[in-house]
Amino acid sequence: MNFFKLIVVCTVLGFNISSSHAELTIEITEGVESALPVAIVPFASQAAPVDIRNIINADLERSGYFKMLAEQGMPRRPSTPAEVDFNSWKGIGQNYLTIGRVTDNGGQYNVEFQLFDVYKGEQLLSYQMNSSAADLRKTAHAISDMIFEKLTGKKGVFSGRIAYITSNSLGNRKWSYQLQVADADGVNPQTIATSNEPIMSPAWSPDGKQMAYVSFERKRAAIYVQTLATGARTHVAEFAGINGAPAWSPDSTRLALTLSKDGSPDIYVLNLATRALTKVTNSLAIDTEPTWSPDGNTIVFTSGQGGKPQLYMVSAQGGNEQRLTFTGDYNARASFSPDGKYLAMVHGNGNHYRIGVMDMATRAINVLTSGPNDESPSFAPNGSLILYASKKGGTGFLSAVSIDGKMQQKLVFNSGEVREPAWSPAP
Amino acid sequence: MKFNKTLIALLVSTSLLSACSDDKKPINVTDNVKYLPNRTTGASTNGFNNGAGVNAYGLNTDGMSGAGSGAAYNDPNSPQAKVIYFMLDSSEVQPDFLPVVLAHAQYLVANPRIHIILEGNSDERGSREYNVALGEQRARSVANIMKAHGVSDSQLQTVSYGEEKPAAMGSDESAWEQNRRVEIVYTR
Repeated sequence: MNFFKLIVVCTVLGFNISSSHAELTIEITEGVESALPVAIVPFASQAAPVDIRNIINADLERSGYFKMLAEQGMPRRPSTPAEVDFNSWKGIGQNYLTIGRVTDNGGQYNVEFQLFDVYKGEQLLSYQMNSSAADLRKTAHAISDMIFEKLTGKKGVFSGRIAYITSNSLGNRKWSYQLQVADADGVNPQTIATSNEPIMSPAWSPDGKQMAYVSFERKRAAIYVQTLATGARTHVAEFAGINGAPAWSPDSTRLALTLSKDGSPDIYVLNLATRALTKVTNSLAIDTEPTWSPDGNTIVFTSGQGGKPQLYMVSAQGGNEQRLTFTGDYNARASFSPDGKYLAMVHGNGNHYRIGVMDMATRAINVLTSGPNDESPSFAPNGSLILYASKKGGTGFLSAVSIDGKMQQKLVFNSGEVREPAWSPAP
Repeated sequence: MKFNKTLIALLVSTSLLSACSDDKKPINVTDNVKYLPNRTTGASTNGFNNGAGVNAYGLNTDGMSGAGSGAAYNDPNSPQAKVIYFMLDSSEVQPDFLPVVLAHAQYLVANPRIHIILEGNSDERGSREYNVALGEQRARSVANIMKAHGVSDSQLQTVSYGEEKPAAMGSDESAWEQNRRVEIVYTR
């Protein structure tokens, strides 16, 4: 009886962090009209292993707020405040100027920089910091954050990291799935879990040290919580049916999740210390994709109880359920902004799925992207950008859009399919 | 009622014929395509759509007694017989696929030591976890019909992969309709 044959499927699961060759590159597809002209002079350096100036330049350029001066167009290469001649920068229309130096202190590097307002001839920032060779990229991103905040008044997000899922075809309708974490500029992608069965729904713990995700590695759904530094993980839910959509409570003690062990998919809250489960929703339809309000009091989720998926809000203890969305025939996968004032979602009309953002005060939805298959919105920790997944021509890639919709970036991955981005929380 | 009964018997035998003739073919996606619900032509589809699903379930027990001796559905390895397709956003088993589900149910009732996994799937549109839930409901719909026809709970397991394991690549209707499916997987 050949159909009795037991098919042994080998699942490869990597617990250790391993480096991957695939990298992201980021293109700005739409920038702000009034981008500020900024010049960053190559840092004077004693053979630092990393070009700090290029990292800062790329960070600021990618943000869409600045028009960066190319190296070839620079009148001079000052590296100390005494060498700066403001007139020469004024003459070529630069508003701001950054200079810096890196000195090698026997393995440790000392990094110094200054930011100037060219028109006022004023120094706006001056810092020095020590960095190991391995941390020089981080130091460069930290400088980008300081310059960005000084010039825009908003916190920079260059020091953060992003998690996402990639899949690669192995042929014959089989794939390999990876959960990866990379710097916010797409550099240093590291695979934290890999399997030949789907991995889904990565969710950062509020302290950024752990990741919850769904893995089908045992041919059924289970939710794992993995510590990023060690790769150690615990398996927190593996009930019959769905174990999906994990979301951390803001105080890190609980996970909201979707289980279908009692019939239709419902939202539950799992206490991570006691493993106690509280059922929060109870409809006969699909309830899934919970997300916590930043105050921890309410959970927004997707429900099919009205026939089509719409967003609802419920108390985190259960009860007080109310419908939130009434426009569009598909509103799902909500994500709160860090200040709780906005809710990003997948907003569908007909065959078009775009990213929308609801102003929680007015409940009005502003559609930010063009579709046709945009999903998985995730706010940057400064609340000004939303990272999401798009699909065009059959390939999945990541994009970012500012919450006013004016600025867009495309993050291009050099292999496979990439999706389900999640921006790390503020450090 | 009488009309429906005849129609089901007819459908089952037609399906059996084609299943028999294709029995030796390797499993591939194109074989499955012709089992997609035909929504625009064909009296069978129209006739069934007018009747309630519940009627059809009751009737099929009769229809199946004839089919049982027919063979191909007795061999669930028959490639065409292992995938059930669904309409957009729906987890309702379409009448076209009831004979397939019932043939497996009958086989499982006769062979209580055999187990299956019903793998639910969705197309790529909409959000991923909602699609997992949709795939789960599809797998459960099939499981419920099987249970109603005497298959033991312990023989059935469901899992939903949502849109994570597409059968067909591409972002068009032909790919989508091949991806909204439940696959019947025999484990032992």
